Amino acid sequence: MAANYYVAPEQLMKDRAEYARKGIARGRPLVAVEFANGVVFAGENPTASLYKTSEIYDRIGFAAVGRYNEYESLRVAGIRLADVKGYQYAREDVSAKPLANAYSQALGASFMGDSKPLEVELLIAQVDGDGPDEPPIELYHILYDGSIVDEHRFVVIGGDTEPLTTALEAQWSAGLGRDEAVRLAVGVLAESAGRELRADGLEVSGLDATRERRRFFRLRGTELDELLDA
Amino acid sequence: MVRPGSGSLPGIPDAFDLHRSSFFEVLRRDAPEAVPSVMGGAPLSEELRASVVEGTTVLAVIAADGVVIAGDRRATAGNLISRGDMRKVFPADSSSAIAISGAAGPAMELAKVFATELEHYEKVEGEPLSLEGKSNKLAGMVRAHLPMAMQGLVVVPLFAGVDPRTGTGRIFEYDPAGGRYVATDQAATGSGSLAARATLKRFADPQAPIGTAVRTAITALTDAAEEDSATGGPDLMRRIYPIVAIIDADGYRELDDDAVRTEIEAVLESRRR
Repeated sequence: MAANYYVAPEQLMKDRAEYARKGIARGRPLVAVEFANGVVFAGENPTASLYKTSEIYDRIGFAAVGRYNEYESLRVAGIRLADVKGYQYAREDVSAKPLANAYSQALGASFMGDSKPLEVELLIAQVDGDGPDEPPIELYHILYDGSIVDEHRFVVIGGDTEPLTTALEAQWSAGLGRDEAVRLAVGVLAESAGRELRADGLEVSGLDATRERRRFFRLRGTELDELLDA
Repeated sequence: MVRPGSGSLPGIPDAFDLHRSSFFEVLRRDAPEAVPSVMGGAPLSEELRASVVEGTTVLAVIAADGVVIAGDRRATAGNLISRGDMRKVFPADSSSAIAISGAAGPAMELAKVFATELEHYEKVEGEPLSLEGKSNKLAGMVRAHLPMAMQGLVVVPLFAGVDPRTGTGRIFEYDPAGGRYVATDQAATGSGSLAARATLKRFADPQAPIGTAVRTAITALTDAAEEDSATGGPDLMRRIYPIVAIIDADGYRELDDDAVRTEIEAVLESRRR
């Protein structure tokens, strides 16, 4: 019979956190930058189809780093939650906060209860908020242990975020245009990578409140290259 | 079951779930109360039947560079006119539309679930369904509705769109049992469809520009309104006109009231004595 050794809860949590952090740090970081009317997501991504960012609902976007199979399942679960809610109530009733809470619960439960914690970090963004409880732009950062941070201006997720955060701290300003935000995001990524980044090695998407109904957009190919060269 | 972690997370989809990308199946499984289900029992009583709102005539016409889909605005309940401003044409996504006839409540619900289904698939899979795929999905949803149809709540949609691969317009017709039929140049369904079809058959021309198809659609709706009491003619007094939508390479768009009125007046002018 296998003996159950006693492990102090502090030690258990520490080991699990370290395990998750290590897994997440293996991938490349991803940045989100707020601009006047929305949010831009940018990250290095050599594949043209295995995305780290996605549309969730009209005003809500999703970005993730870490293990692909894990965040892909979480992404689909989020789309399901949003679509069912929007169908049963109304489209404007689907908002980022409850969704971020659901992700926080899911990651927290997995961190404590599963045989291994999920090795992912998520961002949930919402634009075009109205009303006292809904700022124009919301950005929720959900960590592998379920902790949730309400971010502003910009945020970097993944491993080695320090140099990117420092660079954004120095260069970000309020009232950026969408294209300026894209250039800023890609600029700091390129600076940190120490080489030029082009459309074929990048994933750039985001939410733009000035778009009709579905605010999510994706920039790729020549359109992105031209924007970066401008 | 393949799930991240040990599978303790509710709502996380299984890896080889056949219905992973289907909103309709998610609803059926996770929110069954939101889906019309098999009610069982006898057909609706005559009294109840007479209070069910019905949508009437909708039609579609293929043109050289797209497709036109249109519907009148009348809804009836028994032998009463219950609404004069009902919408029976709905965008399904950016390049297709669904028009409904039959029991209005379930029909509008079908249009809503179908539109959500297409958007859900596109978000989950990262690319939209083919036009063929969309039309097959709709056939399945009409089939699922059959038990309600047997009780008297028949729903018959019309589906039209532009195939992004070929750029050509296509129309799909359905029957209450979920049968799916490809229409070559035009289609109509609902109580006024007999009269509408007579006109459509004469004027529909798949090689003609989209403007001609718009005129054909409005002429056919006007004829249907003259022959069928359940189809509403243009209400010039209250300025309620048929809904006419064009789908072409630029996507789905509805003609504004002024454009529809101009067309209607041209049709009526040719009949004035």
